[in-house]
Order: sequence, then structure tokens, then C-alpha cells
Amino acid sequence: MLYREAGQFKSSYAEDGRIFPIRQDRVGFTLLMLVFGVAVPLLANEYWLKAILTPVLIFSLAAIGLNILTGYAGQLSLGSAAFMAVGAFAAYNFILRVDGMPFLLALALAGLAAALVGVLFGLPSLRIKGFYLAVATLAAQFFIVWVLVKFPWFSNHSSSGVVTAQEVSILGYAFVSPEAKYVLTFLVVAVLALAAKNLVRSATGRAWMAVRDMDVAAQVIGFRLMRTKLLAFAVSSFYCGVAGALYAYTYIGTVEPEGFNLDLSFKILFMIIIGGVGSILGAFLGAAFIVLLPILLDNLVPALFGDALGAGFASNLQLIIFGGLIIFFLIVEPHGLARLWQIAKEKLRLWPFPH
Amino acid sequence: MARQSGDVIVDLRNISLRFGGVKALTDISFDVREHEIRSIIGPNGAGKSSMLNVINGVYHPQEGQIHFRGQLRRRMEPHHAAEQGIARTFQNIALFRGMTVLDNIMTGRALKMRCNFLQHALYWGAAQREEVAHRLKVEEIIEFLEIQSIRKTPVGRLPYGLQKRVELARALAAEPHILLLDEPMAGMNVEEKQDMCRFILDVNDHYGTTIVLIEHDMGVVMDISDRVVVLDYGRKIGDGLPDEVKNDPDVIRAYLGGAH
Ligand SMILES: Nc1ncnc2c1ncn2[C@@H]1O[C@H](COP(=O)(O)OP(=O)(O)O)[C@@H](O)[C@H]1O
Ligand SMILES: [Mg+2]
Repeated sequence: MLYREAGQFKSSYAEDGRIFPIRQDRVGFTLLMLVFGVAVPLLANEYWLKAILTPVLIFSLAAIGLNILTGYAGQLSLGSAAFMAVGAFAAYNFILRVDGMPFLLALALAGLAAALVGVLFGLPSLRIKGFYLAVATLAAQFFIVWVLVKFPWFSNHSSSGVVTAQEVSILGYAFVSPEAKYVLTFLVVAVLALAAKNLVRSATGRAWMAVRDMDVAAQVIGFRLMRTKLLAFAVSSFYCGVAGALYAYTYIGTVEPEGFNLDLSFKILFMIIIGGVGSILGAFLGAAFIVLLPILLDNLVPALFGDALGAGFASNLQLIIFGGLIIFFLIVEPHGLARLWQIAKEKLRLWPFPH
Repeated sequence: MARQSGDVIVDLRNISLRFGGVKALTDISFDVREHEIRSIIGPNGAGKSSMLNVINGVYHPQEGQIHFRGQLRRRMEPHHAAEQGIARTFQNIALFRGMTVLDNIMTGRALKMRCNFLQHALYWGAAQREEVAHRLKVEEIIEFLEIQSIRKTPVGRLPYGLQKRVELARALAAEPHILLLDEPMAGMNVEEKQDMCRFILDVNDHYGTTIVLIEHDMGVVMDISDRVVVLDYGRKIGDGLPDEVKNDPDVIRAYLGGAH
């Protein structure tokens, strides 16, 4: 009875087009934002903020980026980490080389730089699809990291290729504490996630999905394949680029090109597979899952089995669980955790009278 | 027929289309007049679908000319055809399977929407007003085709007959001048066919939409068409009023003959 839409009549198409047409969902969402935007930074300890919540938000943003490209526009990419690298190093160089560069502007420019590179590597998608496109994005992954290593200019000639992110300061306020960095990350991710949700529920999103589902029919309706696909590459890479810059500036602080390797690209791909392909909510669920699972296992395994199984066991178990889950979701529930959540809500709507 | 056909709006002259060694169309000339229902009939593989694909730019014929409203068209891409007001449905349903009925039909409005992706990202002001305005138009079509109850259903879950209807809705959402329908009644039962016939006639009547129809059911074709063209092995073997075609000895021999 708690979760019911009975009696909530929509009297206009504007109301019907809302992100959360059901009142309970709107209330729940507002609470969620208050918890993560206000309560968490006030109450959570440093470990949680630094090692869990901030990276979850950043990976969610990258996963939204990949989801736009792969989940909505149907173009498989294995190069997400490389676009994060472009964002991270672009932000670093903008702040380094432009006097008085405001941080938020650097963040936006980092996203735009990644978008530009994304469009460049999206060009092959006009001729090739599926597996072959994935291979082309794989080439992007290796090529971009190679370029960043090969030309020391990008890392300001630091001997090891490692760069240290400058201090973040907005309007004179320095974001040094974990709480401040978390709040900044939260705000950026919240705004961009809302924008992504708006994109995918409007004509832009419909164009992406049309091209994904049936490209000939999409063309016959009047969509231009080139424009639609390249826009998906641009927006997707923008999100990955901003995520990469946040990764450097509000999460780990020092980055090197090889840190943005294929492993990271796969990690982001797994996030959208587990969280839900073609879902903004899924990007958050998938990111949280993939950040939390290893931590959970690290704590759980010794507690359950003691030291008997050895140190390597937890990490092997982690791989086995990931592998199993990915196969499960690919075969049984391609829409991932987000879909499971939706099913749970539908059940709840009928509860306790299932007829 | 009460309907008044107008000027020639699509004029195909000496069209030949080959796929490697396969001659899909050989030296075909035919025209479509404004406001008429123009049917294309012929056995499987005769080249009917290829004709529609030539008209809306999916296939590019090796030879021949296409005039659209008196203007010679150079190489035409499907989105140009869409911009000229040509919409179509496909023989094998080509809906966007991952989307709801409503979203599928909304895609049909794409060319009439003006906001850019940055406005969509804000979803406020102009973008929201535009979305609502087009939703209103789409709701009209939903009502016209009597599919209100399935608006929010993902199209993949619908039975075949309803999918065909949604595909028609998507085409109508573009408010086309010319509607190309590739076997819209194939695989339907009698009742569904009657509904579909009624919709086609209504569209033609109310909006004056020109319709090019591929259909196997001779009863339907002879009933609702203004003019009929007959294809066989990629060649045109008959063209004219339904009664003329029905009694044409060539047509009877090549095509109708088998069925009668
Ligand atoms: N895209 C294509 N590639 C190769 N051959 C094709 C293609 N489209 C149609 N054809 C061939 O052209 C001929 C006519 O096909 P089609 O226009 O689909 O006939 P109909 O719609 O009358 O059944 C057939 O021999 C078919 O195999
Ligand atoms: Mg056909």
C-alpha cells in the first residue's frame, strides 16, 4: 500500500513526461539526494568518502558515458579509459598552461577535448559495426595511451610520466578535505547525470536508440546516421573525459597514462553490463557494485574462512564472481540490476494483493 | 471512385536495378499521381519492394531517372526522401524494438522537431514545450489507429498485427505526402485486414495522402486501388485501372492465371 500510484492522475503530457511520474519516486529521489549530498559528507568517515563514495560517483559518470554510446546508441566501445585519460591530461595541461584557469572551466574543456578525440575515433563507426568497431575502439585505447606516453609534453616532461594534479580551488575556496572533494564530485556528477537523463528521454535519445535498433528504418524516417552516431561519440567521450579529470583531481591525485589502461575500460564495460545496458540508474548501480564487491570480499572471506585459504583466494574469488555475474546478466537479464530494481517496484505496486 | 487524383508527383523512367548478376528491376517506367492509391502487385521476387526502395532512396538504380514533383532527382539518400515528405513501412517489420510504442511513434516526428541536443539536455522551456506539442500530435494518431491501451508497451511484446499498426502510426506521425506501404496486411486475419484497409482509406480520404501499396490480397487490391501496376521478374507487364489489369491477357497468363 505504500508504493501505489492509484489516485495520481496525470492531467497533462508534461506531467506524463516527468522523470518520476509517481509521487513516491519523487519523494524517494529527493531523500536520496539529501542523503548523498548532505548527510553523507557530514557523517561518513574519511575512508568511505575517499576510497568508496568518491570513486563510485566518478565511475558512475564514466559508465553513463559508455552507456550513452553502447547502451543507447548501440556502438560498442572498449576505449572508455582512454577518453578518461584525454580528460585527465587535458585538465592538467589547461590548468598548468593557462594562467588563472578556473577549475570548472578546465573540467568542461577537458570534456570537450575528449569529445573531439571521441568524434575522431568515432568516424570508423560510419563504415563498420559490432565486433569490428569494438576492435577499432581498442586501437583508440592503445593509441591514445601511447601518444600520452610518447610525447612528454603532455605530462610536462615529468621524468616518470606521472603527473600530480594541482590543488582544486573554486572562487578562492580550496577543495582539500575528502568531504570537500566528495561534495564537488557529487555536484558535478548529479548535474551531468540529470543532463544525460534528459538527453535520453528526448528526441536526441530517440535518435540514438533508433539508430541502435534498426538503422535503415532510422534513415528512412530522416535521421542522419553520421550526425547521430558522431553526436553519441562526442557526448559519451565528454562524460568519460570529465570523469577522467575528476579521477585525477578529486580521487587519486597523481595519474599516469598507463593508469588508464584496457583493464579500466573493461571495468567500465562490466559496470554497464551488471548495472544495466541503456539505463542511467544502472550506471550508478553497476559502479557501486564493482567498487564495493572487492571490498566486501576482502572483509568477508577472512571472517568466514580465517586465513586458511591464503591471501590470493579473495582476489580469485572476486574474478570468479565477476565472471559468473557477467555471464548471468548477459544471458538472463541484459538490462542488469536496473531492470531487477524495476521488477521489484512493479511487484511492490501490487503488494500485498497480487491480483 | 470519388477520390480525385491529381498531377503526377513521382515519375520513374526506364529504371534498371541490379544486385551483382541479379536483375531486380529492368527498364521500368511508372508514375504516381497525387492523392491516389497506387498498388504494385506481382509474385514474390518480382521486384516490388525494390521499387519502393528506389522511390525513397534506399536503393540507387544503375539506370533511369526519377522525377519528383517535376524535378529530376540526382542520387537520393533516404533522409532526403523523408525531407520531401515520403514515409514508409517495411515488409519485415522494422520497428525500434528496444523502445515503447509511444517512443517509436515519436521518432516519426523527428524532422519536425527543431531543438538541439543542448536544449534537450536542459529539458526545460523550448525543449519541453516542443516535446509536449509533438506528443499531442502523436496522441491524435494513437487515437486514430485505436492503440491507446498499448502506448507504453515495448513494441517487442506486441503481437504481429499490432506491430504492423504501430509501424503505420510511426509513418503517419511524419504527416507524409506520400506513404509507401510494403505488404501492410501480410499475415493478418480477416478482421485485422479490414481494420487496416479502413485506416488506409481514411488516411487517403482525410489527409489526401498519396499511397503506394504492395499487397498480395487481390480482393483488397482491386477494391481500394485507383491504379495498379503489375511486375513479374523485374519487368512491368501491366498497368492501369483495376478492371483493365484484371482482364489483361498478359497479366492473367503471368500472374493471376495461376491463382484463378
Ligand atoms: N539488397 C539486396 N541484395 C541482393 N539482392 C536483392 C536485394 N534486394 C532485393 N534483391 C533481389 O531482387 C529481387 C526482387 O526482390 P524484391 O524487390 O524483394 O521482390 P518482391 O518484393 O517483389 O518480393 C529478388 O531476386 C531479390 O533476391
Ligand atoms: Mg517484397
